[in-house]
Amino acid sequence: MSAKSLVSISDYSKEQILRILDLATGFEACPNQRILEGKVAATLFFEPSTRTRLSFETAVNRLGGKVIGFSDAATSSSTKGETLKDTIKMVSNYADIIIMRHYLEGAARYASQVTDIPIVNAGDGANQHPSQTLLDLYSIRKTQGRLEGLNIALVGDLKYGRTVHSLLMAMKHFPSTFYFVAPEELAMPAEYKQFCRDNGIKWHETSVFSQEIINQADIIYMTRVQKERFTDLVEYERVKNAFILRNNMLDNSRDNLKILHPLPRVNEIAQDVDDNPKAYYFQQARNGLYVRQAIISSLLDLV
Amino acid sequence: MADKSEMQVKALKNGTVIDHIPSDKLFKVVSILKLDKIDSEVTIGNNLTSRLMGRKGIIKIADRYFEEDEINRIALIAPKAKINTIRDYEVVEKKIIELPEEISGLVRCVNPKCITNNEPMEPCYRVVGRSPLTLKCCYCEHTMSQEEIKLL
Repeated sequence: MSAKSLVSISDYSKEQILRILDLATGFEACPNQRILEGKVAATLFFEPSTRTRLSFETAVNRLGGKVIGFSDAATSSSTKGETLKDTIKMVSNYADIIIMRHYLEGAARYASQVTDIPIVNAGDGANQHPSQTLLDLYSIRKTQGRLEGLNIALVGDLKYGRTVHSLLMAMKHFPSTFYFVAPEELAMPAEYKQFCRDNGIKWHETSVFSQEIINQADIIYMTRVQKERFTDLVEYERVKNAFILRNNMLDNSRDNLKILHPLPRVNEIAQDVDDNPKAYYFQQARNGLYVRQAIISSLLDLV
Repeated sequence: MADKSEMQVKALKNGTVIDHIPSDKLFKVVSILKLDKIDSEVTIGNNLTSRLMGRKGIIKIADRYFEEDEINRIALIAPKAKINTIRDYEVVEKKIIELPEEISGLVRCVNPKCITNNEPMEPCYRVVGRSPLTLKCCYCEHTMSQEEIKLL
């Protein structure tokens, strides 16, 4: 059973990625179309994620489709001990496409093997969240006019940050230079640095979020530094304010600079940045709608 | 009269001899190949002296031959094993074990949050490094080093 699914960003070739971005451009120009008329999408959220679920459900609704599903495993039969396989098989009888978030890693891959309708992975534990990666790429291309030859600073938790790992994996198709800016405890793991070496991605690493890095960046991708990630709380206290972006730090930054963040933000981007035109994280989230419209309609062969 | 210090198990007429199995993995090999569930004659020797590996195990299975992907399932635990195919008392083929590209079952994923550790399903791994051995889970995408590999 191998319907077209989107489980991992590495499943997509460069051409497939660009096709989604091009389709998303079309949906941004015209987000209300009736191409999903008569189709049912199931959103199965075994783990709550309001932001992602609303984005996917809005994508379906604006294309004229209907949505069924659950937003929390507590209201599904998995609490009665039903296997994932059985839940997927049952829902496959009703829906044309399944959009799922699961707390277990690899859940979406397994689901795609037990059904013949498309699966969209809306996050499987700490593993993959490919629609986030595609909307990040869309936001970069839209604001910079290209994906290649950029200076991209990834800032914050680069050890556990799923979004930055997936972004790196996708950027192997689009040569740019990366700056990994993280406290030592949350540095980019060795396997991703090796991935960069293997794929000719240039990178620099530092534990200092310096003015120099900000001033030469085209994109600053901020992530949250979470207290619970630290084994040494003294270390957390020492670095917690060192990875916060404030508006006055942007004074000498490039005109084309845009600040991205996968959201939710806590305090790593100060509120005073929000009114700076270089702040792009809320538009970035809106781009997720168009990208998800592109993903769904592409998997259903409607475009 | 045969020299008693050279006591041999009975020579095999037709079948397969698996030699150079690490002694501590011999019974695991028996179970992976399901030799405990077959009717034909099986002779097992273990802790035999080996110049190559100190101590070794050997298994002779009468009237039974193995497909390549079947026998390669023991590559993870007995990478140096040699497979001799016997017909009419003669060794007609000698094979060494080869690690397949993909491994189904056998190994428990090191990641407790992997779907394979939480659903009644068969795990699956891609061999992404051979020396040192590195496996990548086809589901959660975690990579496992040799030390982390635990058999099911």
